Amino acid sequence: MATTEAIDVVMPQMGVSVSEGTITKWLKQQGEQVEADEPLLEISTDKVDTEVPSPGSGVLTEILVQEGQTVDVGTKLAVIGGDGAQAQAPSPPEPATAEAAAEAQAPSSAETPAPVAPTQPAPAPAEPEPAHSTNGKTFVSPVVAKIASEHGVDPSQVEGTGRGGRVTKKDILGFIETGAPAESPTAAPQPAPAPAAAPAPAPAPAQPAAPEPPAPAPTPAPAQAAAPAPTPAPAPAPSAAQPGETFEPMTAMRKGIAEHMRRSLDTSAHVTSAIEVDMSKVTAIRAKLKNEYQQSYGVNPTYLIFVARAAADTLREYPWINGEIRGDQIVTRNYVNLGFAVELADGKGLIVPVVKNAEGLNLLGMARAVTDIAQRARDKKLLPDEVQGGTFTITNPGGYGTFHGTPVISQPQAGILGTYAVVKRPWVVQDDLGQDVIAIRPIMNLTLTYDHRLVDGALAGRFLRDLRHKLESWEESTY
Amino acid sequence: MAELTYLQAISDGLRTEMRRDKRVFVIGEDVGVYGGAFKVTLGFQEEFGHWRVMDAPLAETAIVGACTGAAIMGMRPVAEMQFADFISCAWDHLVTVAAKQRYRAGTPVPITVRLPSGGGFSGGPFHSQNPESSFAHIPGLKCVCPATPEDAKGLLISAIEDPNPVLYFEHKHLYRRIKGEVPEERYTVPIGKARTHRDGDDLSLITWGAMVYTAEEAAQQLESDGVSVEILDLRTVLPWDKQAVLDSVRKTSKALVLHEDTRTGGFGAEIAATIAEEAFEDLDAPVKRIAAPDTPVPFSPPLEKAFIPQVDDVVAGLRDLAEY
Repeated sequence: MATTEAIDVVMPQMGVSVSEGTITKWLKQQGEQVEADEPLLEISTDKVDTEVPSPGSGVLTEILVQEGQTVDVGTKLAVIGGDGAQAQAPSPPEPATAEAAAEAQAPSSAETPAPVAPTQPAPAPAEPEPAHSTNGKTFVSPVVAKIASEHGVDPSQVEGTGRGGRVTKKDILGFIETGAPAESPTAAPQPAPAPAAAPAPAPAPAQPAAPEPPAPAPTPAPAQAAAPAPTPAPAPAPSAAQPGETFEPMTAMRKGIAEHMRRSLDTSAHVTSAIEVDMSKVTAIRAKLKNEYQQSYGVNPTYLIFVARAAADTLREYPWINGEIRGDQIVTRNYVNLGFAVELADGKGLIVPVVKNAEGLNLLGMARAVTDIAQRARDKKLLPDEVQGGTFTITNPGGYGTFHGTPVISQPQAGILGTYAVVKRPWVVQDDLGQDVIAIRPIMNLTLTYDHRLVDGALAGRFLRDLRHKLESWEESTY
Repeated sequence: MAELTYLQAISDGLRTEMRRDKRVFVIGEDVGVYGGAFKVTLGFQEEFGHWRVMDAPLAETAIVGACTGAAIMGMRPVAEMQFADFISCAWDHLVTVAAKQRYRAGTPVPITVRLPSGGGFSGGPFHSQNPESSFAHIPGLKCVCPATPEDAKGLLISAIEDPNPVLYFEHKHLYRRIKGEVPEERYTVPIGKARTHRDGDDLSLITWGAMVYTAEEAAQQLESDGVSVEILDLRTVLPWDKQAVLDSVRKTSKALVLHEDTRTGGFGAEIAATIAEEAFEDLDAPVKRIAAPDTPVPFSPPLEKAFIPQVDDVVAGLRDLAEY
């Protein structure tokens, strides 16, 4: 009953540059009791995937944004508590709106800015008014409320450009000036009747959101049967699955990766050079340190840690490889922020947490830092700022035995180092007498993929040579 | 018209009134022989004699007390506090005597107290404050804070002419940095009237004193974002121009109040509260304040820079409001 005050759950701001997020999973269902700070849902943004804790205790009375949908930061996602009003059907509100819009469109004044009738809501469609509380534009500022009442406009019909989709004074004044809604406060602002008509055959029933039709829909006629139109929805997709196909919405992270990979290839002139490194010394030292590190510090001195440690040192001697092109300037730094590509636990994504000021870390420090960010990346516990500011990246696909690759640069950096499987190979070395002999040595391939706009092949070669030298001549006391 | 610095405009206003009105005299620490710590009264003793340009002991209580008595006896004293910070010594005379006298006994107390205020030069906690808010809370006083040379002269003349005690906050940071056209003849700038420093439609920025220039630079940056900021230079904080502020806010529906004084209990709070009370229905965003944090003014230049609101702070505040 009407005991507790309703608490809104909104899309949180995950880092300064993030403007929207996708709901990947509701961990509580409508009607379920939830405690304050208990994980309520999982979201995915182009920076991080994370759990959102409940802002309060109470019954989850209403879920307003369904899984798979992407909404702006600040958008209301759910309501906790409130006047126990039976949770309304969780279906999205669009159908009703679209329906009403279509009806209202039909008869009348599509164009000329009919003077705003301060009076009335027009020949209301017979159906009950759709509830507008669900479109994320919850807060109406005093001045907007005043203008709305003076002009008989329903603010929830106005496209908001303020924070979180809020309707600003300018929005509502513009709305009134263009005259769109004059007679029907439920009409959509565009005069064209195209928007929400959906194709007749419903897509696979499991789909949470119908994919948008790729082309302007034919006629608004079947609007009665309108399917939910995901407004900010995924890019155009085929309207129905072919036999044997299954649809799966792209996560925000996947979309982010897709965009970034494409943009990187369009930006940098990618060239890859490879080098073979004899890891004998590293292997020996690693064997010696392993127990100590694990027992004393709970971290594992992996090959990656050694490579990272050596790379951080080498990068300081090659500022351009640790640099970037910004406009027509070359940026170099007196620090190395190392990004590490980490696969997420579900195997469906990748994130690049950054170890800041890696040049100041010794081997143990590097091991701790990398273990920490990798673990938190997999647990989705990274802070947004921990995936930013990298100056160079290391990717390690070698864990699966691959011995070569051509990774894509993380923009706007100038290079990415690939580390590959350590494989025992027959290797020509010199014995104490200077004679060539064949020995069995643990060999690792390293690749440097660099932006040829900034880094010349010779420079990349020298970088790899120096990096190899550091690894091959590793002394325990060195680091 | 001549181009004068802010400081020269103050001297000019003071000289104008001293030449015009024999009742006007100056008293303060080192104002005579030395010409004032900032040289506002340089050459005054030569022109007006040492009875009208009096060096006082290091005793603000005595200076303001003497002014109050002289004013009650019909004179028009102009006191100079060497730094506005030292006015706290004279609090009792100003607040308990000068501000109440007219209400209590019907006697006007036409004194002017000049207060070199403000920071920006690593003067530290005793030489950098902006105490206008403290005195804006005292009925019976008037507080003016000119930002331009023209206003500096016109408001000083108005202050001297006014039958009430007027605190004249002159910002040290502006003394020699700011120049402007100042009419040579005598004129007044009305106390209690704001000035529109810059016209705009999207946001109202209300400020005064040196912050007018910080605001102006920030508004220029917002212009390139396509956001037009109206700057209101309050000029007087007591009695302040409520109508001008409300008119501007009713037009733009978004307001930012900026001052160099510390935040809590600062005069910006009064303005923000008034906007909320009287223009609530015209607001499209919460009223925002930018002010110094609640600490004494630090000596260290980087700390002082962090303390005094900077252009970047104002730009961020304006953008935040614009995007709201």
